[in-house]
Amino acid sequence: MKLEAELPLSARESRVTRLARAVLGRQPIGLAFGAPYALFIAVLFAYPLGLAVWMSFHRYFFTAPGVSVARPFVGLANYRAVFADPEVLRSFLNILIFLVINVPLTVGLSLLLATALNAAIPFRAFFRACFYVPYVTASVAMVAVWLFMFSSGGVVNSVLGPLEPVPSWLVNQNWAMPSIAIYVTWKQLGFFILLYLAALQNVPKELYEAASMDGASWWHRLRSVTIPGVRSVTTLITLLAIIVGANLFTEPYLLTAGGGPNGKSASPVLLMYQTGIEQNHPDFASALGIILVIGVLLIVGVQRLLQRNQT
Amino acid sequence: MTETARTADEVTAASDDVKAVEPHTSRSWWRLIVLMIGALVFIFPFYYMIVGSLQKKQNTSLSGVLPQPSNITLHNYGQINAALSLGRALINSGVFTGGVLLATVVFGVLAGYALAQLRFRGRGLLFVMMLLLLMVPFQLLIIPLYVLIVRNYGFGNSYLGMIAPFAINSTAVFIFRQYFLQLPKELFDAARIDGANELRILTRIALPLVRPALLTAMLLTFIGPWNEYLWPFLITKQQSMQPLAVALANYMNTVQSTVSNPFGTILAGAFVLAVPAVALFLAFQRYFVAPNIGSAVKG
Repeated sequence: MKLEAELPLSARESRVTRLARAVLGRQPIGLAFGAPYALFIAVLFAYPLGLAVWMSFHRYFFTAPGVSVARPFVGLANYRAVFADPEVLRSFLNILIFLVINVPLTVGLSLLLATALNAAIPFRAFFRACFYVPYVTASVAMVAVWLFMFSSGGVVNSVLGPLEPVPSWLVNQNWAMPSIAIYVTWKQLGFFILLYLAALQNVPKELYEAASMDGASWWHRLRSVTIPGVRSVTTLITLLAIIVGANLFTEPYLLTAGGGPNGKSASPVLLMYQTGIEQNHPDFASALGIILVIGVLLIVGVQRLLQRNQT
Repeated sequence: MTETARTADEVTAASDDVKAVEPHTSRSWWRLIVLMIGALVFIFPFYYMIVGSLQKKQNTSLSGVLPQPSNITLHNYGQINAALSLGRALINSGVFTGGVLLATVVFGVLAGYALAQLRFRGRGLLFVMMLLLLMVPFQLLIIPLYVLIVRNYGFGNSYLGMIAPFAINSTAVFIFRQYFLQLPKELFDAARIDGANELRILTRIALPLVRPALLTAMLLTFIGPWNEYLWPFLITKQQSMQPLAVALANYMNTVQSTVSNPFGTILAGAFVLAVPAVALFLAFQRYFVAPNIGSAVKG
């Protein structure tokens, strides 16, 4: 009799747990483990992103605390203003200049140095450390040294002598953006060398042996074995370069004194700071930010699609 | 004859050290030349930073590259300390970085473990959100974050406001997940049958097995806030709250003529800012290796 009474209870219990499992998953404790991170994403990523979208469709400016003002819906006016702004268009062109210089330089030099490192050579650890030290150092600190080196009477111009550009690199209309691109290449190269090194170590040794057996030259081996073997890293570098380019701030702000000369090295994020916070047009700056977010996501999406079609 | 002998030696040495090496690399001299030129280009600015920070009189010309005994001084370090109150700026940088590290290690490990080894409702969504966070750069959200944190919540000039947007480093969460995924499922199932709860499994079994990942992720997390400029620059207007990177950059922008050797003073500050990150990476460099990082990025 006792048994009979207990049976439905345990059956009900198991139904409850089964229901809980169906709703919460097999290990509901995962919800608790993931909750702080989910909260972080919601409060500091999703909500701000939503707010940025909202601001970009309204007239929005900062007021004294406690003052309430109307923030009327303005449709696409902010977006139209962004695309009509010559400074914004110039900053997009600047990013293009940045990419045209940065991507080939980064891919070429990091592949070269990674290939050189991919062997038993003396002082391997030392070389490796040298290459990634700039990557781990604060950009503010490195910018200080570059300002010193590339100033008009600086050591770089002393070496170049009569070849020095006038005006000097960072204040020259034509050289300001290339200087930033070269600086960023130098700063980030170490990270990409490590990525290429990892990829190179995954290229099967037999492929090189077979290629050498067939009498392939180093150029041929590079083209038919190495480059296909590290393709995923190369696409990753291109992607990251675009993201870095869309994000430049410290370099144009400090290295070329606020995107100078005449906005020739201004970046979109620098303009977001200047228009949104300095000039109190956060609605305009939000629209610019949303355009950049969409741009980055589109490029990532297209790249994913291309990669899927390749494999 | 000797040539072939050396080649054979080198190939065996190579296969000892490196997983896969291009064979027939007898002529490794080109590698050394390339690497030495590379190392020079990478290291020279650091060397020059030290030399420049020790100059009594600013010497930007070629002769200033070599330190001159008559022109050496520590005066610049005193100058930058007086201008920025270095100690205070270092404490601010330390609190900012420490807060991010702590939150990332505690909450990031929990999230990484859950994403890798636990089945629960919403896991797919959390994973997609993490990927989105990795792709959308934080800088593009500075305007709404500024509005929320500084204007709406009044967290300007506070550590909380500084730390919040960086609190849990998504790259670190991703690294944790990748490493927890590699651990065999049976290990966890066995522990569960023995009645261990998930927190215990995580701290006693999983974490000790992924210690290299933990160090790699912490190193990568460290350089984020320590080197960050834009966000703390936006929210700290009081000098007493500014991390060193911000204080130094402000000094670079404003002070040019008030000290006898502005470049020397700035470079002294740059050296102090650079040293902790570089020292940490050199100390733990065996954890900052290609396979650790590669696995994090490959996805």
